[in-house]
Amino acid sequence: MTPRRKRLLVVLGILGGVAASVSLAVMASRENIMFYFDPSQVVAGKAPLAKRFRIGGMVVKGSVERKPGDIEVRFVLTDFAHEVPVEYSGVLPDLFREGQGIIAHGTMNAQGAFVADEVLAKHDEKYMPPEVAASLKNKTAAAAAVRPIT
Amino acid sequence: MWTWFYKLASPPHVYGVAAALMPWLLGGAALAVAYGLIAGLAFAPPDYQQGDAFRMIYVHVPGAILSLTVYMVMAAASAVALVWRIKVGHAVAAASAPIGASFALMALVTGSLWGRPMWGAYWAWDPRLTSELILLFIYIGVMSLRSAFEDPARGDRAAALLAVVGVVNVPIVHFSVVWWNSLHQGATIVKLGTPSMPGSMLWPLLSMWLGFMLFYGAVLCTRVQAEVLNRERQAAWVREAIKS
Repeated sequence: MTPRRKRLLVVLGILGGVAASVSLAVMASRENIMFYFDPSQVVAGKAPLAKRFRIGGMVVKGSVERKPGDIEVRFVLTDFAHEVPVEYSGVLPDLFREGQGIIAHGTMNAQGAFVADEVLAKHDEKYMPPEVAASLKNKTAAAAAVRPIT
Repeated sequence: MWTWFYKLASPPHVYGVAAALMPWLLGGAALAVAYGLIAGLAFAPPDYQQGDAFRMIYVHVPGAILSLTVYMVMAAASAVALVWRIKVGHAVAAASAPIGASFALMALVTGSLWGRPMWGAYWAWDPRLTSELILLFIYIGVMSLRSAFEDPARGDRAAALLAVVGVVNVPIVHFSVVWWNSLHQGATIVKLGTPSMPGSMLWPLLSMWLGFMLFYGAVLCTRVQAEVLNRERQAAWVREAIKS
């Protein structure tokens, strides 16, 4: 074996070993490291309910309630399978609105509601001009209006 | 046929090629960045949900992509230098590290400034953000390891090994948004399938990406020249090159 070939094998061997151990760690962590839990996991008790954790989901349309003269806000989060009510008092990010994906950090209270002390908005990877978004919305609305006839 | 390729192992040849390429790369970078900035900041339409704040994408995304591209160049050059004992490889890796670290820092800072108004936080220990921060630390580690030895050759070898091993972090940064629940959204352009963006927003972004690539090429050429001169300072051709 030439020295060059030996060095190649040593470098590949070290890289392969590190890559294998890191991929094992990544696979293991997919079960354990959760930046947030979705409402189904929370309802199923898979979230660390005794500790602080993050919950992520979509704000249910029509669920946002504000008390007049107060910054306290209540809304319901869904992953389209289960729902969890959330209470929060503080400043909401600009992107917070009904139908938006959000991530809240806090704890569960005895009544089964999530009391958040931080609310972050999550957005998707799609970017488009407002006119396009509006026309897409109209098309969806038009399609929805046509469907009941069939 | 392969002589041009083998010649790249020769320091004086690389010095000459870098000197010849530099102005073209820098000129191309200036054109591409000028078009990208003007079209992206002034003419692209605002985003339907983020408004004008989405324009941060025109520096954030190319910076982030380049932080990974530069890393792969650095790791490949290090591997060539380790296995085939080609010294120019160490020069390219040493020249690339600070550039890549700057791109990583740029991605983190612009992302933080973008995250505050949109997400509601400058920083979150999210998988994408954390792995990009680790990328910056690996760059800093490669740079400091190289200078930590009395003997420059040993420093080069240690830094090259760390650079090669650290390449496992590159797919982690890229796929972090797929593998874990993440606050950061998925890929808009670097993925299989069509970009999730109309042409009026996309072209300036692609132009910025090209501009950043060319800019990296230009800075790399200058830095490789400096590295080669420093490393070959005992050689006769260097004295000739400096005299002329």
